[in-house]
Amino acid sequence: MKVLVPVKRVVDYNVKIRVKSDQSGVELANVKMSMNPFDEISVEEAVRLKEAGKATEIVVVSVGPQQAQETIRTALAMGADRGILIKTDDTVEPLGVAKLLKAVAEEEKPDLIIVGKQAIDDDCNQTGQMLSALLGWSQGTFASKIDIEGDKAAVTREIDGGLQTIKITMPAVVTSDLRLNEPRYASLPNIMKAKKKPIDTKEPGDYGVDITPRLEVQKVAEPPQREAGIKVETVGELVSKLKEAGVIG
Amino acid sequence: MALDQETREQLISSIRRFVDERLRPLEAQVSEKDEVPEDVVQEMRELGLFGLSIPEEHGGLGLSMEEECLLMFEMGRTSPAFRSVFGTNVGIGSQGIVMHGRPDQKEEWLPKLASGEVIASFALTEPEAGSDAASLRTTAIKDGDHYVINGTKRYITNANRAGIFTLMARTDPATPGAKGVSAFIVPADTPGITLGKPDKKMGQQGAHICDVIFEDARIPASCLLGDKEGKGFVTAMQVLERGRLHISAICVGVAERLLEDSVQYAAERKQFGTAIGEHQLVQAMLADCKTEAYAARCMVLDAARRRDLGENVGTESSCCKYFASEMVGRVADKAVQIFGGAGYVADYGIERFYRDVRIFRIYEGTSQIQQMIIGRNLVREAQQ
Repeated sequence: MKVLVPVKRVVDYNVKIRVKSDQSGVELANVKMSMNPFDEISVEEAVRLKEAGKATEIVVVSVGPQQAQETIRTALAMGADRGILIKTDDTVEPLGVAKLLKAVAEEEKPDLIIVGKQAIDDDCNQTGQMLSALLGWSQGTFASKIDIEGDKAAVTREIDGGLQTIKITMPAVVTSDLRLNEPRYASLPNIMKAKKKPIDTKEPGDYGVDITPRLEVQKVAEPPQREAGIKVETVGELVSKLKEAGVIG
Repeated sequence: MALDQETREQLISSIRRFVDERLRPLEAQVSEKDEVPEDVVQEMRELGLFGLSIPEEHGGLGLSMEEECLLMFEMGRTSPAFRSVFGTNVGIGSQGIVMHGRPDQKEEWLPKLASGEVIASFALTEPEAGSDAASLRTTAIKDGDHYVINGTKRYITNANRAGIFTLMARTDPATPGAKGVSAFIVPADTPGITLGKPDKKMGQQGAHICDVIFEDARIPASCLLGDKEGKGFVTAMQVLERGRLHISAICVGVAERLLEDSVQYAAERKQFGTAIGEHQLVQAMLADCKTEAYAARCMVLDAARRRDLGENVGTESSCCKYFASEMVGRVADKAVQIFGGAGYVADYGIERFYRDVRIFRIYEGTSQIQQMIIGRNLVREAQQ
């Protein structure tokens, strides 16, 4: 079984995000970048499938600038076998990424694609669903557990108020949720070995995909500052303040 | 072989993450229970920490000195007890074999040391021989195809975990001083070896030291490190010289951690209506800490790079060990001062670091020995 894992280079989750002064986006200059945490979970799951003898090959793919190669290397250090970098300095929207991934999937013919449920930079939560629609494959979203049995995958999904387990036929697209696993640290020897694993570099044009944005960012703003509250002396005062605020009638 | 920048960054960030996410939350527990949990030791094995300095062909990472120091800056950002777990395999326990071992000895031991399957301890210090290492009394007397070892080694780090001891013993009692000393690789399960009770220490709980007592311990003659007797003292000194940069890098890491904690605290703690970090006298302490830690970092990197280029950095290594270990002592002292009462109580961990760093000025060559080496080397050069 071949597993394809898309990985995205995003601002590290520990970094405090700053909005650019012209509100056109967030500041990326001199900011630590890392693999999207949900993608790390996807890579981990693929590596565990390989260790369990269920997967035979893990291919990671990233759409992004040249530096996204570092993100691919991290995945290779965790245990993936080879990488594909689709190089572009442009912003690629979820539909563009999904179309590129579809093209990669048609070439690589994986049995399973494990996608992070969303990237922590734009929080779109669209790529996996769009990809499965474009490919016409089954999908299991928000997975907290994946069991492979023959050509079927039992996927436990985190839904509102509980868990739902579905059985889908492969090839399939699964999107990983936070509790699917706890990703390993890339060990130092494996980081060294990852240097020797192959990475193919492509461009969106090689797949004949038009990545021109269809959305326009109007404004990016910091969340409003929380303002200090007030202390009241009596219940009566509280009631009148609440009435003033229009919270109670 | 020097690593490319990308790989180097990945190694550093992997260790940084391990330190932040796994080790730092355990600092108080390790100190209280005087034990590094076995699952953490196993994670250290898997991470490859035991093999940093062992050549790649023997299963290690074969890092350059500069790379090792860069990683130790990160390792220093948590309790030094964690570093001790693998420290002897990276430094004093293994380097004798790397530098002077026979091919068969390297093949037998280095892969096991690199993986962390076997822990190596360095057994030099004795009750009567510390800084004056050449006066050691433990003997290894040739008896046919064997050596018979007698004597006591003191304050031996990781002795209670050790699979082998890199032992310094006198093979020629008739030759006093350094020339009569040889180095051996002694399996810890050799009959005749007993361990003392782990010593109670001032700090670094979780890292253990104890006496190792040899009573007619017979080892095959092939356990002699290298081919010739009488090379032990040279081996020990070369091993210690390399270890000095490693320890210096740890000192820098601890100092940077303490500075980070102090700055954070000074920015938040309010007195006289303002954050204490706004007060100039507190800023002066922070400035001193930053300046000294930065100076030590630059010294360590400079010496490590020069060593990698093949220069003799005996003097510079001692300068680093001397300055970095004294520096971290001063930084820890100021950290306690900045934290005030909170620095003195155990909850904040600052007093723990204050105790932990005290040993850096003592082991692997005291500050006074470093001064002596530096001064002696300078004068010798002038006289040549």
